[in-house]
Amino acid sequence: MSRDPGPVTGSDAPVLVASGCGGTGRELDALGGLDGIGGFVTRTITLDARDGGPRPRVVESPSGFRYAVGLQNPGIDGFLALELPWLVSRGIRVAVSISAASLGEYADLGRRLGRSPGVAAIELNLVPPDAAGAGLFDAREPFQAARVVGAVRRDLPAGVQLWAKPSADPGRLAETARALAEAGADAVVLVNGLPALMPDGRPAGLAGPAIGPLALRCVHDVASQVPDLPVIAAGGVVDADDVRALLDVGAVAVQVGSALLHDPTAAARAAATLRGDA
Amino acid sequence: MSPDRGPLHVAGEVLSVKRIGAHHHVTVVAPGIAERFRPGTFVVLTLDDAADTARLQPRSFWIHRVRPTGSHGATIELVVAAGSRFTRRLVALPQGSPVRVTGPLGRPFAQPREPVSCLLVGEGYAAAPLFPLAERLRERGCTVSVLLAAPDEAHLLGALEARRTARSVTVVTADGSVGVRGTVVDALPELLTRSAADVVYAAGPVATLHAAAAAAEQHGAWSQTALETAQPCGTGLCQGCPVPVVAEDGVGRLVRACTDGPVFRGDRVRWLEVDAR
Repeated sequence: MSRDPGPVTGSDAPVLVASGCGGTGRELDALGGLDGIGGFVTRTITLDARDGGPRPRVVESPSGFRYAVGLQNPGIDGFLALELPWLVSRGIRVAVSISAASLGEYADLGRRLGRSPGVAAIELNLVPPDAAGAGLFDAREPFQAARVVGAVRRDLPAGVQLWAKPSADPGRLAETARALAEAGADAVVLVNGLPALMPDGRPAGLAGPAIGPLALRCVHDVASQVPDLPVIAAGGVVDADDVRALLDVGAVAVQVGSALLHDPTAAARAAATLRGDA
Repeated sequence: MSPDRGPLHVAGEVLSVKRIGAHHHVTVVAPGIAERFRPGTFVVLTLDDAADTARLQPRSFWIHRVRPTGSHGATIELVVAAGSRFTRRLVALPQGSPVRVTGPLGRPFAQPREPVSCLLVGEGYAAAPLFPLAERLRERGCTVSVLLAAPDEAHLLGALEARRTARSVTVVTADGSVGVRGTVVDALPELLTRSAADVVYAAGPVATLHAAAAAAEQHGAWSQTALETAQPCGTGLCQGCPVPVVAEDGVGRLVRACTDGPVFRGDRVRWLEVDAR
């Protein structure tokens, strides 16, 4: 790649809080959950505020959770006014997850976030597994995912990284990753929640240790087949052992998500254990 | 929130599990949490280490009583209606079992500055947070009246205990096994008049909270309702417990029961849109 985007995490540790599992950040911080963390990925932000879906939104499942929150978020204006300032004042490295209905909306979101002080990265939530039918731009095809990267990349300042979190379709990940890299992604985030169903039949994502082995395989494959593209791992990470396993197969950083619902200090504890390794 | 009021995430220990009627009262040693407790807050319990379990979801429980000092240190008492897999496991734990406790969480009951007349309305085990509230209100010089409801005597929480703190205690059961046969809705109008309540505090199922909030409004009283709803994480992380409210600016919003509640002003909740699950 021609640009040098720098490291994907802050100086603390290669452990990040994954999108959608850290509240606004304040709730985790009250319990020490952000201590020593290398970065915080926000829940997915859209152009307009969204109310999200009906209940139940999060359902326990063997070794994990099924979720169908439906992208409840305050919209970009609410986020910039009410949530980003606290994260910036906390001094944590912030990646903002976004999703949009069109390439134009993606580009708008990227422009506004790119000029907001304190945003270190944008994470494109290209195919939220729980938002089928929510009117989002369809980025399941690698070509379409790459178009989103291109649209956001164009106006993004050099200091802001662009991470792409594609559909968790293991069969086409290497192809997708290559397309994302060529379009200008600085890193790929693997894996998103797997497609699942809620008990009442609504589309859902599956997260948690249940998908850990699949995440490991995806990270391994992309890291070995697309060596130029940094891989940020996510999926079923509970403790420092899981983080080490993903770093060993080529991840440059690791996100902790649904484990925080079980133990809000999981990411901070994994980070502390890893610092002890160094 | 000042640092000494913020929640903690601590290693706790089961001190005792007592069956009282249809419920279990679980006492947990939870250092620091009892000291920070305010009525209306709750704790989240986790039974296992995440690395060892197939079931990850923690559960939220009202704090029924705290004992900041004792031979075992600070303890909290929770009232548990054993039904789910989690609660069946919890009430079967032997003394000394480790549990992880996060709390106290959520916004507590707002308490009046003046010594006013308060009516506390509780139904079933979810009435738990009203008992420590009654004590605090009495300490503030408030006149406390209590209305307790349940399907039957076995599911009635703490009528005897309420009589120690309250000026008057009214009990209604659906089957008439104790107190008056009837429901909260039947009993509220007369009690509100008799107690001349300035504030109504309610804890129980959604229908009970709605009834209490509506009756309070009719009588020109304030209401504070402790909403019990399924909370996937309890700590404000997952957005799994949305509650439709009318915010102070008059705009409808979805807020989190666990973090923006669980206690809400009764006139702020859009009760008909609250999902009882």
